[in-house]
Amino acid sequence: MYSSSTMTSTYNSPCAACKFLRRKCLPGCIFAPYFPPEEPQKFANVHKIFGASNVAKLLNEIPPHQRDDAVSSLAYEAEARVRDPVYGCVGAISFLQRQVERLQKELDAANADLITYAHNNEIDPSTSIISTSVQQPAPSGFGGGVGFSRRSAYALPYPLP
Amino acid sequence: MSNPISSRCAACKYLRRRCPQDCIFSPYFPSNDPQRFAYVHRIYGASNVGKLLQQLPERARSEATESLYYEALCRIQDPVYGCAGIVSWLQQQIHDVESEIAKTQAEITVFLNSTVNISEPNTQYSRTNEQGMENLTNKHKEPLQ
Repeated sequence: MYSSSTMTSTYNSPCAACKFLRRKCLPGCIFAPYFPPEEPQKFANVHKIFGASNVAKLLNEIPPHQRDDAVSSLAYEAEARVRDPVYGCVGAISFLQRQVERLQKELDAANADLITYAHNNEIDPSTSIISTSVQQPAPSGFGGGVGFSRRSAYALPYPLP
Repeated sequence: MSNPISSRCAACKYLRRRCPQDCIFSPYFPSNDPQRFAYVHRIYGASNVGKLLQQLPERARSEATESLYYEALCRIQDPVYGCAGIVSWLQQQIHDVESEIAKTQAEITVFLNSTVNISEPNTQYSRTNEQGMENLTNKHKEPLQ
């Protein structure tokens, strides 16, 4: 865990970014709190996919208390892209979305069965606890343009390519 | 030889350079969609995108460009979490729906146990393994030849 308020490298040795870039790790290095020298691959991946200057620009545009999360997500995406240069993270999204669709169908089938049993038991269906489709808001960064219905438990902010 | 100025691809227009006949970007960044390259360049940089495309077989470059554009779009919209935020959200969705299935199955079991002569549908309730961000695999895709 790295303090985003730390303005100097907390290590005697340069951070992984400055080591990779072969430069002096100065006090106030934007990378130092998030790329410790023990994790050289993390910066190597991020640099390969995004480039050091793009990452620095991005971090400078984000409030310090959110930079940890930003670096984690960038590192995740970079690693996904290194492993899968064609689809990167989008491949995972596609896979997970199909899983959600399949599970939602299972839930709908289970609910239908539950209603059947409730009727067969001559119990008032309105008193049964019937699970509804799961509704969760989309990630907050994507605003209110995403619609949800009872049967559709999710909606991606943008259609997948 | 380069393409005429009027038919430069979006990338070369953006970079204010001549568009060579073998421009790596031109098949994927047509001039009628300048924003597409602008977004990709903003997040990845032209040279990183060029290098990435060069390393891929030609038949895979269109898909790669589409996914890069999608990720860039997500990152611009959500600078902190980008696409990774969607992965995390979908994983949570999976967890929640699995919990609901388990609850519903338990309720069905209660009904089954409380009756004697009810025909039950032959429904199978499958389970999936929750995948943490660090354990995502590419099982869903065909490997590149």
